[in-house]
Amino acid sequence: MLDLDLTRREFLQTSGTVLMGTIATSSGILSMLAPSQTWALELTKLDKSTGHALLLATRQILPHDTLDDAVYALVVKDLDSAAASDDAVAKLLTDGVAQLNADAGGDWSGASSDKQAAVIEKMAGNDFFEKIRGTAIVSLYNNEMAWAHFGYEGDAWKHGGYLKRGFDDLNWLPDPPADASPSAYAAE
Amino acid sequence: MAKYDLNDDGVVVVVGSGAGGGTLANELCQKGIQVVLLEAGKRESNESFVNDEWSSFGQISWLDSRSSSGTWRVGKDFNGLPAWICKTVGGSTTHWAGASLRFQEHEFRVKTEYGDIDGANMLDWPLTLKDLEPYYAKAEDKMGVTRTNDVPGLPGNNNFKVMYAGAKKLGYKHCHTGRMAINSKPRDGRGACLQLGFCFQGCKTGAKWSTLVTEIPKAEKTGKLDLRPESHVLKIEQDKSGKVTGVIYADADGNQHMQKARAICVAGNSIETPRLLLNSENSHSPDGLANSSGQVGKNYMRHMTGSVYAAFEKPVHMWRGTTMAGIITDESINDPKRGFVGGYEMETLSIGLPFMAAFLDPGAWGKDFTRKMDTYSHMAGMWLVGEDLPQETNAVTLHSENKDQHGMPTPNVHFDDHENDIAMRNHAYKQGSAIYDAAGAKENYLVPPYPSTHNLGTCRMSADAKDGVCNAHGQTHDISNLFISDGSQFTTGAAENPTLTIVTLAIRQADYIAKQLSEKAI
Repeated sequence: MLDLDLTRREFLQTSGTVLMGTIATSSGILSMLAPSQTWALELTKLDKSTGHALLLATRQILPHDTLDDAVYALVVKDLDSAAASDDAVAKLLTDGVAQLNADAGGDWSGASSDKQAAVIEKMAGNDFFEKIRGTAIVSLYNNEMAWAHFGYEGDAWKHGGYLKRGFDDLNWLPDPPADASPSAYAAE
Repeated sequence: MAKYDLNDDGVVVVVGSGAGGGTLANELCQKGIQVVLLEAGKRESNESFVNDEWSSFGQISWLDSRSSSGTWRVGKDFNGLPAWICKTVGGSTTHWAGASLRFQEHEFRVKTEYGDIDGANMLDWPLTLKDLEPYYAKAEDKMGVTRTNDVPGLPGNNNFKVMYAGAKKLGYKHCHTGRMAINSKPRDGRGACLQLGFCFQGCKTGAKWSTLVTEIPKAEKTGKLDLRPESHVLKIEQDKSGKVTGVIYADADGNQHMQKARAICVAGNSIETPRLLLNSENSHSPDGLANSSGQVGKNYMRHMTGSVYAAFEKPVHMWRGTTMAGIITDESINDPKRGFVGGYEMETLSIGLPFMAAFLDPGAWGKDFTRKMDTYSHMAGMWLVGEDLPQETNAVTLHSENKDQHGMPTPNVHFDDHENDIAMRNHAYKQGSAIYDAAGAKENYLVPPYPSTHNLGTCRMSADAKDGVCNAHGQTHDISNLFISDGSQFTTGAAENPTLTIVTLAIRQADYIAKQLSEKAI
């Protein structure tokens, strides 16, 4: 299960900073995909409160109300990796979170969603905001849990394509005539 | 496979292995001509291609440093990625969707048909549809284009059903699953399409024609082809007599070699081809090779493009099945009453969830954006592709400071939409939306152009040497043994997807080169 494939046992063994959560029972598909209800994400560079603040910032920038935190955590993971390999990124992110806290009256993560939205609106377009948005626009939508959430089916090759799996199963419009859309080739 | 010596000056060197170069190399090899095919990218295969948009993008795209300028939206949204083309054996035929349409008769003579237009560098092609018809026929047969040569059309997928329903309600007459170089039944040793929906990511079944799975293996079987992947050509050498004598290229380790040649055919796509000519300047050709006209790199065209996606009440699952097997051709005519010259095609298009996030509204964020993304599984989509006008100021130039990993100046792509392009795009957005409205759409999303996949015109052919870079056979006006063998040759862009015409010109050029070689003209 991609990057979230950290079992609880692995979580207990790790000594690093860990961001963790529980997949909401309302996330039916994710509950089935995830190895356990509890997810844990090890951060290599950023501390836990910074990671959590970034997760909440990502939720404000790309808000999908029913998309689980476990998917947003993948964005934090990629931001953490970028911070680990580039000190300038680490500084951008930690300074940015400090600004979030300052603008939220001291505690960004504890602020109301409305307050967070107002703080993010003010930051829109700056380097910190764009770093999160630019990372999230890829990371948030490029994992199997997000695909399950949005109904996208990912790799078709491993299932033999859609020829026998519904490439033309739309039935709420009339089928086009054969001259516009011939039947599929059927092997003898 | 053949292996020629670097000092063998009897070989024909082809630079680039895509639609133009890969086809030309095979056609020459079939005639017994010795070919060194230099390709900057690695060799992938059906097995190594992946059904994953971002992974595939990293695997086959041309990601070397490029820059862009001008007022086009791609320049703002994707400044370092003006084009979405490939660096891999097979070039952008690994990525193309397979739409294979002949140009229309009038599209070869637009200066005559449309007249002079402010800001546009109009010119008629030095050849006609009639000249190309026998070669179009060969190309269609070679590529197995559906709805030609008794090859049946592809079956329509869900995305096509939506397009068709809307098109008919709107009164469009010509809507079908397209002329596609994708096998609708087994042909030429390759199987039928299994409807994967990953045409852009390198077809894993091999049902889609690409030079990687057809031309190059066939050329290898002749024993005449010396294919060298990961060989990036940096410079073309010219002697005092004016002839070109060889190329300098960097191998996978960055080591440079000089391959001698009797003739050189450049097919690096319309950004790299002029870049190479410009970078090959010398005392004999101070403005770059074959550039006495000053037109090398100029008249860069990228087609008028845009997309309409629409959200419906019920699911569509548009990603299932052949990406572009659906077309409406009614708007491809030239009807200036619409407020613009030239025409456009409407073709089904789907992108996966990862790329939808990147392309739906680049730079957007917040609830309006995510609300649209939430409708992904209920979306249908179409691509709008039409003729854009050549403008001398739209140009590929060498960057004055930036160098790539080999020390070669990086290319800058400058582009401004012509007002005709904008009028056409607005019309196409309106018609595309009307089609989906007629099929019951809840909301339409007008999506701006992606980085250019159709790059054209930067070494255009012309009857008069002062108007362009090469003649009707792609032979440069200035240097008889230097050829342009890709879409850079296009005098104008027409409304149709360019690959079929690039392949057609390559087949025709191979005949011409063979004749020139046998007559010792070059």
